[in-house]
Amino acid sequence: MMLRLIRPALCLLLAMTCLLGIAYPLLITGLARLAFAHQATGSLLYRDGKAVGSSLIGQNFSDAKYFWGRPSATLPEPYNGIASSGSNLGPMNPALIDQVKRHVAALRADAPASRAPVPVDLVSASASGLDPDISPAAARYQIARIAHARGTAPANLEKLVATHTQGKLFGLIGELRVNVLELNLALDQLR
Amino acid sequence: MGPGTSFTILLIVFLGIVLLCVKPLGRYIADVMEGKPNFARRIGGSVETLMYRLCGIDASVEMSWSRYTLGMLLFNVLGIVLLYAMQRLQGFLPLNPQHFSAVSPDSAFNTAISFVSNTDWQGYSGESTQSYFVQMAGLAVQNFLSAATGIAVAVAVIRGFARHSVATIGNFWVDLTRATLYVLLPLSMLLALVLASQGVIQNLEAYKGVAPIESGLLHTQTLPMGPVASQEAIKELGTNGGGFFNANSAHPYENPTPLTNFLEMLAIVLIPFSLTYTFGRMVGDTRQGWALLAAMLVLFVTLTQVAFHSEQRGNPLLTAQQIDQSASAGQPGGNMEGKETRFGIAASALFVAVTTATSCGAVNTMHDSMLPLGGFVPLFFMQLGELAPGGVGSGIYSILMFAVLGVFIAGLMIGRTPEYLGKKIEAYEMKMASVFILTTPFVVLLGTAVAVMCGAGVAGIANPGPHGFSEILYAFSSAANNNGSAFAGLSANTPFYNIATGIAMWFGRFWPMIATLAIAGSLGAKKRIPVTEGTMPTHGPLFVSLLLGSILLIGVLTYVPALALGPLVEHYFLMAAR
Repeated sequence: MMLRLIRPALCLLLAMTCLLGIAYPLLITGLARLAFAHQATGSLLYRDGKAVGSSLIGQNFSDAKYFWGRPSATLPEPYNGIASSGSNLGPMNPALIDQVKRHVAALRADAPASRAPVPVDLVSASASGLDPDISPAAARYQIARIAHARGTAPANLEKLVATHTQGKLFGLIGELRVNVLELNLALDQLR
Repeated sequence: MGPGTSFTILLIVFLGIVLLCVKPLGRYIADVMEGKPNFARRIGGSVETLMYRLCGIDASVEMSWSRYTLGMLLFNVLGIVLLYAMQRLQGFLPLNPQHFSAVSPDSAFNTAISFVSNTDWQGYSGESTQSYFVQMAGLAVQNFLSAATGIAVAVAVIRGFARHSVATIGNFWVDLTRATLYVLLPLSMLLALVLASQGVIQNLEAYKGVAPIESGLLHTQTLPMGPVASQEAIKELGTNGGGFFNANSAHPYENPTPLTNFLEMLAIVLIPFSLTYTFGRMVGDTRQGWALLAAMLVLFVTLTQVAFHSEQRGNPLLTAQQIDQSASAGQPGGNMEGKETRFGIAASALFVAVTTATSCGAVNTMHDSMLPLGGFVPLFFMQLGELAPGGVGSGIYSILMFAVLGVFIAGLMIGRTPEYLGKKIEAYEMKMASVFILTTPFVVLLGTAVAVMCGAGVAGIANPGPHGFSEILYAFSSAANNNGSAFAGLSANTPFYNIATGIAMWFGRFWPMIATLAIAGSLGAKKRIPVTEGTMPTHGPLFVSLLLGSILLIGVLTYVPALALGPLVEHYFLMAAR
């Protein structure tokens, strides 16, 4: 009885591996390459002909003159593209509170005037460690610092943030967000 | 509009779309699985016939339940062996541009069982461990085949209820082939292309270096590449959940926009919910299927709301640090640790529910960083046995086992022989249903107990206090219920956890399957008894309440002591620390 089952089991496994493991992904790769070449190869962004990143993958910013992204828990450095990860800190872990305090201190060190409560996404590590976005509130929170560092009028930055804010799909799905890398690229164009 | 209202609207829209698909898809699945001629079989019929000819399968011969089970087990064991071998030999295999060497034996063992058992628990990080070949031809293939095994077993079990006085429940090879060719493959092709259009990558290139604008002169950022969209589609449609990357569906290359997130959630629950209609159609009374669906929805909606409100309230310990966690026009607020900006709280909470109410286990948020009551929801969804709506195939046969238990309890109360769908439920069925229902709790609680008593188990804990216990309880709940999500702080890529969760996944998947197929064989051989005045109807609100009662009774009695030591006590600590 067992022997008569082995041939169909083995053959079906190998035939399915060829169909589902080779033919199917290669077909999708070919079609995606034809129809969506930019998206299928990583949605890269270029400046002066050089790839500076992907619009989908966040980058680390710590200079006062750029908008900063979410804290990233990837190792060994933040926004490590090949080690996606969240912090996995539990809500009562003292390390979480320490980390939040550190981020608040860094945000305030460069903008001592700001005493407003900090938007939560600026002090919480994202799930992937590669979050490309921040909330509009988090972007606006940083305007005073950047305006000071660049010697620009805050109104220009307000406008920039507004034009880079992506809405919810049908006003319902997803959240308002600002892509940090695209925003900073536009910021460098401002002068 | 407050965040609670907009979440409720999101939930209604989401479930509305699902409900619109249940009838057409459920009907389609019933038709193709029963071999009725339709447009899909006209297109794919030649591939189906070719498969049978290549493999020496006679599609007209049906199998007894024991032969069906033996074929299913053999096929899955061979799948484990092949997947183990691929991982160990990946250094010699093609499509390995990052030159990854062999996966360690314990990790390869764990991963092989994990993907074959539809669990997709992952101790490794995809982007730094598995070659494109292993991902495509190994892991993704098992994403299809484990889901197809689930559909096959579900349909065989339904036949046991639908037929009478016959000794066979179908042909495993035929069911597996049809589920793959007509259900999983076409839906995956469609979803993969839509995902690719939104930014999910799909290529075979080596990882790319880019020069970041702030620090590009000093060092480059490496972007991972790979055939992701094709795998992402079946990962969701097959309720598998194994991410191409470590961050799973939180990774922007797996789930780049709110739209892809919405579609991925739909893909996860579509087939499991639709199978209730398939069931109703096959037993000749669609009301029976709608009754099961109603029970599923009650559980789903209630627990989902708990998850959302817990997370939206935010972490009380952060308020003292002058952090703004309130929802406003500029931000979703709430507990954003371990969540992505584009999903916020609503789309994260819904995903958490969707992925653990099924056997999926894909994550777009880090469950370990959820608040105690928020994290309780995925844990409890899994512990209820994943039947609201449950995994592809496994959801419908799980809830059927509770239906059997429900009519048995009702029968005891009124002193009549219990019956369901015209079949007498007798001692043999109850023994098998008990094996089905008790196997996973036994594995979960025993595994957790062993892990907290030995050094190798405790060594994996990442967070102090009750949360550390929750991490271990979550790991075994996830493995034994074939979910695959994690409180991922737990360091699980160690020989202890790789072997322990590997065993848990094996028993959690296949013991219940054997028990449920045994019931199918026994019921299929019985005579159908006519409906009389004394027959309890199994399509009305009374039956739905009875079914919910049995599910909750078993779930609560089994797990409350363990839950009290984990999320519940943590919740009270958090309230006290505020």
